[in-house]
Amino acid sequence: MLIRALKDEGVEYVFGYPGGAALHIYDAIFRQKDVKHILVRHEQAATHAADGYARATGKVGTVLVTSGPGATNAITGIATAYMDSIPMVVISGQVMSHLIGEDAFQETDMIGISRPVVKHSFLIKHPSEIPEVVKKAYYIAATGRPGPVVIDVPKDMTHPANLFAYEYPEKVKLRSYTPATRGHAGQIKKAVQLLLAAKRPVIYAGGGVVQGNASGLLRDLVNMLNLPCTNTLMGLGAYPGTDQRFIGMLGMHGTYEANMAMHHSDVILAVGARCDDRVTNAISKFCPNAKIIHIDIDPASISKTVVADVPIVGSVESVLTDMIALIKESTEKPDAEANATWWKQINEWRERHGIYHQTRYDTTSNLIKPQDVIKAVWEVTKGDAYVTSDVGQHQMFAAQYYLFDKPRRWINSGGLGTMGFGLPAAMGVQFADRNATVVCVTGEGSIQMCIQELSCCTQYHLPVKIICLNNQALGMVRQWQDMQYAGRYAESLYEDSLPDFVKLAEAYGHVGMRVTKKEDLKAKLAECFALKDRLVFMDIMVDQSEHVYPMQIAQQSMRDMFVSKTERV
Amino acid sequence: MRRIISVLVENAPGALSRVVGLFSQRGYNIESLTVAPTEDQTLSRLTLTTLGDDHKIEQITKHLNKLIDVVKLVDLTEGAHIERELMLIKVKASGAQRAEVKRCVDIFRGQIVDVTSTLYTIQITGASDKLDAFLEAVGDASIIEVVRTGVCGISRGEKVLSL
Repeated sequence: MLIRALKDEGVEYVFGYPGGAALHIYDAIFRQKDVKHILVRHEQAATHAADGYARATGKVGTVLVTSGPGATNAITGIATAYMDSIPMVVISGQVMSHLIGEDAFQETDMIGISRPVVKHSFLIKHPSEIPEVVKKAYYIAATGRPGPVVIDVPKDMTHPANLFAYEYPEKVKLRSYTPATRGHAGQIKKAVQLLLAAKRPVIYAGGGVVQGNASGLLRDLVNMLNLPCTNTLMGLGAYPGTDQRFIGMLGMHGTYEANMAMHHSDVILAVGARCDDRVTNAISKFCPNAKIIHIDIDPASISKTVVADVPIVGSVESVLTDMIALIKESTEKPDAEANATWWKQINEWRERHGIYHQTRYDTTSNLIKPQDVIKAVWEVTKGDAYVTSDVGQHQMFAAQYYLFDKPRRWINSGGLGTMGFGLPAAMGVQFADRNATVVCVTGEGSIQMCIQELSCCTQYHLPVKIICLNNQALGMVRQWQDMQYAGRYAESLYEDSLPDFVKLAEAYGHVGMRVTKKEDLKAKLAECFALKDRLVFMDIMVDQSEHVYPMQIAQQSMRDMFVSKTERV
Repeated sequence: MRRIISVLVENAPGALSRVVGLFSQRGYNIESLTVAPTEDQTLSRLTLTTLGDDHKIEQITKHLNKLIDVVKLVDLTEGAHIERELMLIKVKASGAQRAEVKRCVDIFRGQIVDVTSTLYTIQITGASDKLDAFLEAVGDASIIEVVRTGVCGISRGEKVLSL
């Protein structure tokens, strides 16, 4: 009944791992062909793979795990999806209902343990509820501000002897759940007036634009008013990265021009972004002269940290459509002179410290610079790959130097910052598009957190390209230790204990390559990406001392940054 | 500022834990909490008091509204409202004290609901500050045991919280 409901919901892939409490469900999977099950090697990877699939496609990712440890292993991935508002349904097996509460074998209170990191959860009380609960779960996961939903299924609920008339509901209605759609017309009008009257406007777009499929509209709006546009880490690709009007990512490791533009702006249009602490730096010093227009589908995201002057609750797509229509109708035109002056200023910032136009790291060094690796990957993939990443310096280098022109191409754990995310997410993306080039940018630290999935990649022939920026240290940790702890590298070094990744990849049946010389980089990458149907693990030995810049100075304003090891602005 | 928030939630298992969990998860404080089913058996009404400035209360109500099990809510302190709390209290009552306690109970319009030779059990209802005042009037030395229900409230006039 459960699998039939998944099929009727249109589920193509289920990422999971079997176990006692889920065996009736697995038997049902065995006896059909429509819903394909992908066997991962650890439940955390199942959630990340479903997450990657959801981010790449916009569909709901589906996970199936057993009770107890299966369920607890899934928690990290559920929390990751929750923080980044990714639609996901996690079905967890549970001990038989009469055993619940008795500390039965492999029992854990999944509803309780997952509660703070789910949008909603269900415990199946009677087998006949399964179709309706499944429908509700997918509806809740996908609508409004998306998020993960857990369905906890006691083993007796899926016993094959339970036969019920099956009907999959067409629609569900929940009296307590009506996600906002259209924005308030009066507020939208106010926002348009403010934007048209602005002298130094900035658009600050986040993951909501990607999730809400509103990238085209964002582009229209930016072009219409010739506005500078910055994207958050989650929003990269929402606006084309190679366009002149794109001023880069903002925030802690954002570009100099983006952070300066934000600080000096008079009107900020925040779209589908949540003014997270890695973006705003100290709230009290955040953009002192700016009026804030904040569009978000989640009312709780508005004025949570930065107080909005014009809050608009609604789907980004509908609000931007309304705004564009109003601007077209409006007799008021933006001040062209102010716009030119503003762009002149921004371009000056760009020239001075801009990340894409001026060298901020030593390109004359004989060592391989991680930034150069990302640039080379961008070139060899023609800027059109799906790039997943883990968490740390490599993530920031990828975000800064791989210019994403399309949404849903940049897939990373932005909110929770989950190491181990990259490889399983790349698997999910590869399932979503079997012919796509999928790159996993990682480090030697992160990759070891889910490295067992190399085996899953073997089983399903997933030709993911793993770009491991190997600096033989937990780079971001070490960077902070350099900057704030006088170089005391507490537990951020491995003391020669790293595995030989080339041999390891080969042991799993993949291709391993190591790059140690700068002059070999491009040729090796070309070789790697030419192997279309093989997984290639590129172990690239990069400069160990490299830091990520710019880096905002904690508890200061947006404009206070280190732009290099020695230069503070 | 102290606020009284009344919430209609689905009368479903786990609904209460979602509300309480939200408060602990986000670092909000619950001063008191009462909950019971309403005349509509599918709904429970929950009243909670919390402390916070406008910004915090706005966040609390927004996050409560996001919970799928929360059907509707109102911040009663935004308008005129009636609040009540019930307290049962055991106090020492022997000798000359006995008459004194009785007088005090009368002044606060409480009732003595149980008696032994050495103590009274008193029931008293009212707004929380009235109950606080009674406790102070009786004095710590006489108090043996106190139990309070927590605040429940309803708005004055035509305003109602229902579906």
